[in-house]
Amino acid sequence: MSAPNERKPGMQVPTGREMPKADRLRPPEWPGGRSAEPAAGFRVIGRRNRRIEGAAKVTGRAVYTDDIALPRMLHAKVLRSIHAHARIVAIDASAALAMPGVHAVITGKDLPEYYGIIPWTQDEQALCETKARYVGDAIAAVAADTELLADEALRAIRVDYEPLHAVMDVETALAHPEWQVNEKSREGNVSKHVHLDFGDVDGALAASAVVVEGDYYYEGSTHTPIEPHCAIGDFDATGFLTLYSSTQVAHYLHRDLARVLGLPTQRIRVIQPVVGGAFGGKSEPFTLEFCAAKLSMLLGRPVKILYTREEVFYAHRGRHPMSMRYRTGLDRDGKLTGIDARIHIDGGAYSSFGLVTTYYSGQLLTAPYRMPAYRFDSTRVFTNKPCCGPKRGHGSVQPRFAFECQLDKLAEAAGIDPIELRRRNAMGENQRTVNGMRVTSNGFLDCLDAVERASAWSTKFRQLPYGRGVGVAGSMYISGTNYCIYPNEMPQAAVQLKLDRSGRATVFCGASEIGQGVESVLAYIVCEELGLTLGDVRVVAADTDLTPVDLGSYSSRETFMVGNACLDAARALRQKLAEALAHAWGCASAEVTLADGVACDMREPERHAMTVKEAFQLAESRFGTLGSVGWYQSPQLGGDYRGGTIGASPAYSFTAHVAEVACDPETGVVGVTKLWVAHDCGRALNPVAVEGQMEGSAYMGYAEALMEAQVYKPGTAAHGPGLHHGPSLLDYRIPTSLDTPEIESLIVESVDPEGPYGAKEAGEGPLHPSVPAIANAIYDALGIRCDRLPFDPPRVLKLLRDPEARARWERARAPRAEAAVVATPRRAPEP
Amino acid sequence: MDHVNPTTTTICRLDVNGDTRECAVTPSTTLLEALRYGLGLTGSKQGCDKGDCGACTVVVDGVPVLACISLALAHHDGGAITTVEGLAATDGLTPLQDAFDVTGGAQCGFCTPGILMSAHALLERSPDPSLAEIAHALSGNLCRCTGYTKIFEAVLRAARARREAVGTGGAKS
Repeated sequence: MSAPNERKPGMQVPTGREMPKADRLRPPEWPGGRSAEPAAGFRVIGRRNRRIEGAAKVTGRAVYTDDIALPRMLHAKVLRSIHAHARIVAIDASAALAMPGVHAVITGKDLPEYYGIIPWTQDEQALCETKARYVGDAIAAVAADTELLADEALRAIRVDYEPLHAVMDVETALAHPEWQVNEKSREGNVSKHVHLDFGDVDGALAASAVVVEGDYYYEGSTHTPIEPHCAIGDFDATGFLTLYSSTQVAHYLHRDLARVLGLPTQRIRVIQPVVGGAFGGKSEPFTLEFCAAKLSMLLGRPVKILYTREEVFYAHRGRHPMSMRYRTGLDRDGKLTGIDARIHIDGGAYSSFGLVTTYYSGQLLTAPYRMPAYRFDSTRVFTNKPCCGPKRGHGSVQPRFAFECQLDKLAEAAGIDPIELRRRNAMGENQRTVNGMRVTSNGFLDCLDAVERASAWSTKFRQLPYGRGVGVAGSMYISGTNYCIYPNEMPQAAVQLKLDRSGRATVFCGASEIGQGVESVLAYIVCEELGLTLGDVRVVAADTDLTPVDLGSYSSRETFMVGNACLDAARALRQKLAEALAHAWGCASAEVTLADGVACDMREPERHAMTVKEAFQLAESRFGTLGSVGWYQSPQLGGDYRGGTIGASPAYSFTAHVAEVACDPETGVVGVTKLWVAHDCGRALNPVAVEGQMEGSAYMGYAEALMEAQVYKPGTAAHGPGLHHGPSLLDYRIPTSLDTPEIESLIVESVDPEGPYGAKEAGEGPLHPSVPAIANAIYDALGIRCDRLPFDPPRVLKLLRDPEARARWERARAPRAEAAVVATPRRAPEP
Repeated sequence: MDHVNPTTTTICRLDVNGDTRECAVTPSTTLLEALRYGLGLTGSKQGCDKGDCGACTVVVDGVPVLACISLALAHHDGGAITTVEGLAATDGLTPLQDAFDVTGGAQCGFCTPGILMSAHALLERSPDPSLAEIAHALSGNLCRCTGYTKIFEAVLRAARARREAVGTGGAKS
């Protein structure tokens, strides 16, 4: 690995971030490890179990934040900027405050503290104090007796704006540093720049048999959970704040509330009620949480804020638009040589997770393929648009699209089947990537085999009639990051487990259930270890007063990290139970089994058996009150260079997709006939939940490929620039039950040595290949390369106007043998 | 009514889940607001407040209705409204709810009440629906978690279970 060259003048370099210490806290080792199947087989793990909260959800009894009404509760609404970029000269709220039933108005001056999810880029305020940075930026909040009245009061607030130059795209942002969007930026409109260099990329490309160069554009999109954001602040008479919020990161919200409100963390409690979808869109603090809390502090009454659907589009933090240029080389054996990437990232008005996004845009490309030399240069810029952030597959979906299309082009140029090309370059297990990431379990080849077989690839590729085609793509993703967002050596996940004589087990954990099923995962693990049935376990989660810290639902970390914490807590108590039973029965602890509600001595089950509840009582008599803790901390991971820990994960998941499309060349409509999704999730703790994540991910990738676009209008005579194109679920098109293709899930289980029972992530990885697999299938169908998203009819029709398209389609179908030899190296021009 | 004062509160009497319930509404109060905030029936959800997402779907006289774009007073002394809370008797789940629970048809669960109501109305009028019929019947209900795959599976499974229950003299959906 060559010396990384990341430091550039003017860029923001995180300080205080050091490599994890070598003597870092590590969880206990278990005889037989943490992934092995018990000798008698699994009782709960791997079964198609129900979810513990399923009955509440199908009866309408699950309580979401907006379902909560507290006594004396007021309602608040947020006033939003009508300009994309404007100085706030004055705000006059006197008319609003004079309205009967209006209780308070707050503005930026009331909440001046800057915050931000990443400690080094705290660059936003709950309410803009001096200027608004996008249409929809928050300016003021009103609390009133009813939501309707608060809404009317907003209209009575007068804001004097001084419009400024609005920066609507990356090119303008870079060309006009003087039109600075965010004053916290140290250099014009640059939010973050990362340049990392591994190996001799230029030499590798120059020596390649084939080099393909391509420009790609990935359109922005947003999460659109069906539940809009909602928060209730309740500041009580003792000076204690409780905040209910539809968040997926209660712990980080807790910290930022303390910072912005000026309250000590120990006087704040954050409770996450049931959350109606998040997908990354609720993974940092938002205006409503600070405003509901602040208004409650001012008024001494609970205050609720529920975003309208329109406001959810402004809160955003969705997929970053990225412009990407890739140069990729292949040698005569069809092996990757060098990869050179230049990426421009449109960040919107604030940083959000942008520092991480910028790293991820390069750092997460280096598996599942072996790459001898790799370089990326990524720049995130500020623009006057709603802030982008982490959407499912944070930062790596866009480069994965570009790269997997590059591979398809290389395969064609080299005359190699694209699945074979991927197979030939697969890195395998127990490897280190070119950027220093440790890859352990790796089921990628099995994923490729699975989709190849299930899709009948060999009978379809380059053989279907004009308009129909198949495409393949692969990917990898992290199972959690190896570092907390703010540096510390405390555990990343923790569980406290309580058992008592009632026979019930209660799991206390900061984990955030957002629909993926993490609370059920905790229950399955406890049942498996203690021989309980699902109804015997309660999970208390994401309540900062009651539950030990977990960092939250992001970066696909929950199953791996809280799962491991829970496994340790459960095994610690299992040992105690076994010891008490062994003592009573005069056998060895190892001979005690706990399964299906019964404890017995395996040698003499007829004589030595009791219910697990009785076993709890026996153990409580012997050891006193029963409780245990478990926690997870990842090992020291990553490359030895600045930024080398970003992208490092204790385990990586792998995915392969085949997409089949049926396109109409007359209308440009691309129909996806079917998606075959194979995903290596380590071990499927519950196959139903894993399939649900695979199907939901593939659907979301499909949606981005063909339909979704979070875009803004240019200025006209009637309005300035930056109006959202259509902030509603009618205008922002997400797939309905009629649009969504058939999806077939193929679970691949590589059994990771460090995952709980061998499990890895499944929630984000399976999104990645959807987009390039569809793009590659469109090429197979029509001979056109969709290098820009979305692949909607106007784009497809425009590409079909190329008179060469049909000839390309026919050439691609020429007998393989003619194209199979890489004869003359094709070089891309030097940059 | 030739003149309506938009802030005047009146009593709205609704036939909900077999009960007659009353709550105070203004002329602009939606059926969804009356159910959720007036009657405490928070099972029906608000996802968009514009009739785009279907999370608020309730069934009125057998027909799925978007409660967020229906006025409460339009249902005053009106048809029989069924919400998700009214699907099951107190002692458990209907075959439809059970099927969603078993197949993983509910992930975050926020679209689930509306989807259950659309599916319930479908199964009441068409006990043996094809996949295409199901997809059509649910096309006004957006789900963001599942990719619909397991929702289709749940409805097919529920239809089967209902038919079997009818065959043995059993329960409603």
